[in-house]
Amino acid sequence: MRYLPLTDADRASMLDVIGASSIDDLFIDVPAEARLSGPVAGLPLHASEMAVERKLKAMAAKNLVAGESPFFLGAGAYRHHIPATVDHIIQRGEFLTAYTPYQPEIAQGTLQALFEFQTQVARLFGCDVANASMYDGSTACWEAIGMARRVTRRKKAIVSGGLHPHYVSLCKTMAKFTGDTLETALPDLTDGAPGDDLDRLIAAIDGETSCVVVQNPNILGHVADLSELAAACHAKGALLVVVVTEPVSLGLIKSPGEMGADIVVGEGQSIGVGLNFGGPYVGLFACAEKYVRQMPGRLCGETVDASGKRGFVLTLSTREQHIRREKATSNICTNAGLCAMAFTVHMSLLGEAGLRKLAELNHANAVAAADRLAKVPGVEVVNGAFFNEFTLRLSKEARPVVHTLAAQGVLGGVSLGRLYPGAEGLANGLVVAVTETATAEDVERLASALEEALV
Amino acid sequence: MTIFFTEEHEWIAVEGSTATVGITDYAQSQLGDVVFVEVPPAGTAVEKGKEAAVVESVKAASDVYAPVSGQVIEGNAALEGDPALVNTSPEADGWFFKLTLSDPSELDGLMDDAAYKAFVDSL
Repeated sequence: MRYLPLTDADRASMLDVIGASSIDDLFIDVPAEARLSGPVAGLPLHASEMAVERKLKAMAAKNLVAGESPFFLGAGAYRHHIPATVDHIIQRGEFLTAYTPYQPEIAQGTLQALFEFQTQVARLFGCDVANASMYDGSTACWEAIGMARRVTRRKKAIVSGGLHPHYVSLCKTMAKFTGDTLETALPDLTDGAPGDDLDRLIAAIDGETSCVVVQNPNILGHVADLSELAAACHAKGALLVVVVTEPVSLGLIKSPGEMGADIVVGEGQSIGVGLNFGGPYVGLFACAEKYVRQMPGRLCGETVDASGKRGFVLTLSTREQHIRREKATSNICTNAGLCAMAFTVHMSLLGEAGLRKLAELNHANAVAAADRLAKVPGVEVVNGAFFNEFTLRLSKEARPVVHTLAAQGVLGGVSLGRLYPGAEGLANGLVVAVTETATAEDVERLASALEEALV
Repeated sequence: MTIFFTEEHEWIAVEGSTATVGITDYAQSQLGDVVFVEVPPAGTAVEKGKEAAVVESVKAASDVYAPVSGQVIEGNAALEGDPALVNTSPEADGWFFKLTLSDPSELDGLMDDAAYKAFVDSL
């Protein structure tokens, strides 16, 4: 095949068709301050490869790297140790370059891996069935709201203030085009149970409610029993959607399915997938079997071949876009294959006992860190119950404090001012995540840096 | 009771102001083994010629259209557990939904038994 590059005239005529005046017009949705307005400062237009490399390395060295500093950032993306085995296995050509497994006769390896992924997700979430993954946690969350609409034929979703604000934002964007109504709220820093609004949610459910969406542990780290909420949903014919952004927590916490959730979605990044500058991640999606026809996404099933041997195929494909087009359950007609593979490999290495042990280690580290940080003058731990993440109320606005800490080489947490710009009651909140990667020395450094910053 | 047929291979059995709708024996034979049927819940307003139900077989997923406009009284709940009723008894136990007709004159353009037989033979 010949490579025929576009001419300026080709570009102009394509832009003309879509009514854009320049290529830059296609990027207007990216905020101006996030776009590069000209050449990279200090980089000449022509230089040797070595010179460019030297310059870029110097620029990169200005970053504070997650793995090289005390790291307490969470709020939806968590730093965990990933065994080297994970990368080794997912980089095998059979997995790395595999195409969509539409032909089961040549894709048994990929299909079996997906089937095992689904099995792991379903068991983790306490649900009957899971799909072969979505793009990430936030898209999975939106897909759950859409699915609840199809199941209940109602269009009002009640969203907990404890749901990650980026998830809320994505859902609001999508709802603009589907006509769903989202009832959202900001979380509050209530002592003992920050972001817990179960009473509000239960009171708000009515005959028009398609679903209630609640995150557990929530954005402020609070862990709740959702059984009563599930019963309240079901009494009014609504579904309970539970979002899990830290799946490692399920090594210790009762699964959402056991608490009565109808749809459970989440972010799988914590298991096997690195922080990766924010993506690609892997969305997890599971539900009760009776709703499987309305579940979005690809689904792999176990079957037997012509000679009775166990095999795997994509199944219930009529839910998908490549068969039913505009009537598909979702416009997502793919899955995050490689990240799902990484999740599966890591989970297989952990096993049930390993996952429990990892969760215990996370929780123990977080409890020790919370105890230590509570001793810092000007710091209060807001949470009563938490897993590996909790919220601090500082005596000062948290956002500048985070910058002060970073200047000392400590990534101390995510400020609520960053997550909820302009929300006054939240400005002093700092969300701190403590995983198995945080050492006692790391915690000590955070505590002393915080003490200094709060004087 | 009078039975009419559509070119989309639905049948509609009319009795007074209510009617029962399903797909024809020819339709089920073309679809093959039916594995899933989605029927509209009671109260749904359906419009002549617009999608009202979904039938999925091992070969294809198809929409079932409303032969006339009206309001659904009942969807056949038996099809949820036993979609194969559409194959074994397409024009009796395998009915899809019952509705009240909003405009009986819409029946005028539909085929009777003989016309539908001729139509199928011409396919």
